[in-house]
Amino acid sequence: MKQYDVVVIGGGHAGCEAAYASARLGAETLLITMKMSDLGVMSCNPAIGGLGKGHLVREIDAMDGIMGKVADAAGIQFRLLNRRKGPAVQGPRAQADRALYQAAMQKHILGSDHLDVIEGEVIDFQVDKQKVTGVMLRDGSKIAARNTVLTTGTFLRGIIHIGDVSYSGGRMGDEASTKLCERIDSFDLPKGRLKTGTPPRLDSRTINWSELEMQPGDETPTLFSFMSIKPAAKQISCGITHTNEKTHQIIRQNLDKSAMYGGHIEGIGPRYCPSIEDKIVRFADKQSHQIFLEPEGLNNHMIYPNGISTSLPVDIQEAYVRSIKGLENVSIIQPGYAIEYDYIDPRALNGQLRLKDFENLYFAGQINGTTGYEEAAAQGLVAGLNAALSAKGQGPITFMRSDSYIGVMIDDLITRGVTEPYRMFTSRAEFRLSLRADNADQRLTPLAFKLGCVSSKRRKLFDKKMDQINRCVDVLVSSYFTPKEISDHGYKINQDGARRSAFDLLSFPDMDFDFISGLIPSIDRYPSDIQQQVKKDALYANYIERQKRDIEALQRDEAIKIPPSLDYGSIEGLSAELKLKLQKTRPETIAQASKIDGMTPAALTLLLAIIRKYEKRKIA
Amino acid sequence: MDTIFALATVRGKAGVSIIRISGADAFTGVRCLLKTDLPQPRQSALRKLYGEDGELIDQALLLAFDKDHSFTGEQTVELHIHGSPAVQTMLLNHLSTLNGFRIADPGEFTRRALENGRLDLSRVEGLADLINAETEAQRKQAMRLFSGELAEKSVLWRTKLIRAAALMQATIDFADEEVPEDVSSEVLGLLRDVISDLDHQVKGYAASERIRSGFEVAIVGRPNVGKSTLLNALARRDAAITSHIPGTTRDIVEVQMDLNGLPVTVIDTAGLRETADEIETIGIDRAKRRASDADLRVFLIDPEDEIQEVTQHADDIVVIGKGDLRPIDGLSVSGKTGAGLNQLIDLIVKALEGRTQGAGLAVRERHRVAVEDTIAKLDSAVLLIQKGEQYTDLSAEELRSAIHSISSIIGIVDVEDILDEVFSSFCLGK
Ligand SMILES: Cc1cc2nc3c(=O)[nH]c(=O)nc-3n(C[C@H](O)[C@H](O)[C@H](O)COP(=O)(O)OP(=O)(O)OC[C@H]3O[C@@H](n4cnc5c(N)ncnc54)[C@H](O)[C@@H]3O)c2cc1C
Repeated sequence: MKQYDVVVIGGGHAGCEAAYASARLGAETLLITMKMSDLGVMSCNPAIGGLGKGHLVREIDAMDGIMGKVADAAGIQFRLLNRRKGPAVQGPRAQADRALYQAAMQKHILGSDHLDVIEGEVIDFQVDKQKVTGVMLRDGSKIAARNTVLTTGTFLRGIIHIGDVSYSGGRMGDEASTKLCERIDSFDLPKGRLKTGTPPRLDSRTINWSELEMQPGDETPTLFSFMSIKPAAKQISCGITHTNEKTHQIIRQNLDKSAMYGGHIEGIGPRYCPSIEDKIVRFADKQSHQIFLEPEGLNNHMIYPNGISTSLPVDIQEAYVRSIKGLENVSIIQPGYAIEYDYIDPRALNGQLRLKDFENLYFAGQINGTTGYEEAAAQGLVAGLNAALSAKGQGPITFMRSDSYIGVMIDDLITRGVTEPYRMFTSRAEFRLSLRADNADQRLTPLAFKLGCVSSKRRKLFDKKMDQINRCVDVLVSSYFTPKEISDHGYKINQDGARRSAFDLLSFPDMDFDFISGLIPSIDRYPSDIQQQVKKDALYANYIERQKRDIEALQRDEAIKIPPSLDYGSIEGLSAELKLKLQKTRPETIAQASKIDGMTPAALTLLLAIIRKYEKRKIA
Repeated sequence: MDTIFALATVRGKAGVSIIRISGADAFTGVRCLLKTDLPQPRQSALRKLYGEDGELIDQALLLAFDKDHSFTGEQTVELHIHGSPAVQTMLLNHLSTLNGFRIADPGEFTRRALENGRLDLSRVEGLADLINAETEAQRKQAMRLFSGELAEKSVLWRTKLIRAAALMQATIDFADEEVPEDVSSEVLGLLRDVISDLDHQVKGYAASERIRSGFEVAIVGRPNVGKSTLLNALARRDAAITSHIPGTTRDIVEVQMDLNGLPVTVIDTAGLRETADEIETIGIDRAKRRASDADLRVFLIDPEDEIQEVTQHADDIVVIGKGDLRPIDGLSVSGKTGAGLNQLIDLIVKALEGRTQGAGLAVRERHRVAVEDTIAKLDSAVLLIQKGEQYTDLSAEELRSAIHSISSIIGIVDVEDILDEVFSSFCLGK
């Protein structure tokens, strides 16, 4: 029987990222997935990034992960969202060509050292007490693994719904993963049920494009990877159209036939990704909803109509789609559908995404109650890195709320659990001004160096960039100017007599390097991308200073560990409700405990006192 | 956690004394003192209390509260005993021998109420003030705090700010969806509402703080114009003297009293006059400073006399001293005969009451800091919003930390609150 350090089950976004990360650390890794062609499949819309999500992709890339590179190779339309708002809330997004995405993903995965890939369905674990020691495939073959990462997405007890028709499936065209599910049931993990949906796919040749408004990508595209220079594929535009009163009428009349509204689905769907049925019911006074018509590829006639996901019967889907401008004669290639699936309550996991009760089983991706490729991939990175580190006998890596969106997401998941499919938003990050897409490499790449999961090429590039940034900043912070010198150069400034450094000046939003080079001509030596980065760092310097106190407070709380064996039931003075929540979540630190809802400052103080007492007793 | 007990009434002889016992073992503990069972929760009953050796200690009225209906959120028993120091001592001693029982620390009952979520922080502060209230105005103000007015207001402000934050976050996180592009006018409206409410609180803080710690009224005037006699007359009149700090005749004498429900400290200052005496000069300087810092000044004058070395403020009262000697028109007062005293008290009370009108809900330094901090952040948020879209990330940050500040009055805000508001307001999702 072959023995691997890390076995990853599932070749979706979480699985690919996990396997790639593990292999980068030099752990002997095996990726098992149903079909070779699973690698890089996008189950829903062919787009990567966005607000919060784009941040995640940048962070994955900063750790030398796979998603950013693949998205850049497949991108056919790049847009930086919130371009007119401050850099801290800008998120890169790209429309991707499905085929190119899959091809690029396969190339990277199959070309990776220390990484084997096999086709097959895992139907069972080999278990020794509270340890998973390997997996068994449908053909009966067994593979031993030090650590196992499970990333089976929506495949656990997946049920597909179209109108009142429903059948078992992992996603359209794929079987659900039923056997494995039974085994997982026997672990008695806390579970729940969620749902999500997808719109019908349209045939581009039957759309009347000439009637539609078109939206092009950005003139100067912003890519995902810090290593990429320009898009690889041809760039295209998307169409925009709208639903109308007639569309709404058709949907309203057929609501009872919708799987969601006909009472066929019990799972909870995401509020931010409602079906068109949902939109029309909940926002009844809105007369029209916008739809983006997004091409799924350059050599593909499939169009993804973004904004009308549905679980109505096929004939109704056809009728309402054809009521929309430009789509009067459209034909549907694949109907929209809803899918319901099991997820594991992520509060059963620790900060490394390992099950608290199982020594070597990791969970990542949609199985943990999230939605989205980026969220899945980011978890894959965390689980893959940690599974490999542990297999090699090294200490774990924990991402923090104060260093990354990855840290925010993991912390949210393991301390709060989910009540709907979890998606990243920039507003979830309290340190948004420091966790920017533009500085993901500055925040995380040094961490990746330490772990040893970075290619030498990236290392050289990063070192060079940082060297230039540091030298540029040195010049700026050591050059002081009087208000008079500054205003003589044409910038209105308070004549308060205070000398300001050029770096201080750059913290004014309307100040730029053109002006600075008037004061310090030698600054022109630095290329414009370095200047732009320094400008962004300067812009937030004052706020980041202010947030430092909050971050320090948080880090103090994160440093206070709660003994895993603490018996909350015996703590008097905690409400029964809090006791229950604490017992369920078993927070690892005071910081995590503080985020449990219903937690009061007084209860935290009590916990703190008890931890102190506990520690003393242990020493005694 | 220990079960705690303490004498809830003042120690010493009294008709009735109350011992309060709170904690998980309160019921079982008290049963050790009885030969029968406890009364039903929240029903009183007479019980005999016995000592360790079976000796009868006292006969008492018992009240038991289960943890869902008690002040502390724990099992609580009250023993209404006879107010004898000997009985008190014996029972307290006996209780302290019970396993897991100990005498409560100061404020511990209230702290447990806070810890068990029975009171929020501002209510606890209100309770403390209520217990310390000596005058009607203080009682009223404390009661407002204790009954949760500040907590409710804070929730209201927070709700408005969360709405504003949600609007802004929606334009940020859902920029590529159908959210209104420009929400600044609604956001600015909400922020300005809250700012003006908070400004009001800051203005009212001076008054609330005065109600808590007392108004200062200074009697100023030339030497020998009758200031001290007047002070004594005022003090005797409304006898609630709680302290009497005499200095030398040249220093400042202050007396705390309750004037028609208002807590007032009346200050008698050294007579103002030109003098070569160094010590007296120091006294006079100090008197002038105290007088101008006071909330109100009563100028006691001699009609022939013009000099005024302390600035007179709008509300200040001018009366003619030694009214018994000078039967003239206008308000005159005599400390000696009491003539005019009632009118003077009315004038003082009227002037001070005018100031309590504006009293806000923020009564403590902690509240003031939170409120002013919030205002500062909201002010810069407003500025940034007005500057335009490119500052959205910064204005959102100011707003986030403003919400944090205002929440510190009662609890903590959560990003889920903001997302809930976003999702219930807009149709999102493409
Ligand atoms: C219908 C639908 C609609 C969606 N809509 C949206 C949306 O609107 N917005 C959004 O952000 N996200 C949406 N998503 C979610 C997005 O596709 C997922 O979040 C993301 O793909 C999850 O990645 P993953 O790696 O966790 O799982 P997946 O991408 O689902 O990958 C799971 C992989 O595991 C493999 N596998 C399963 N069981 C086994 C087994 N026993 N043995 C071996 N291999 C196995 C499968 O073959 C598959 O390759 C939607 C998904 C679906 C299906």
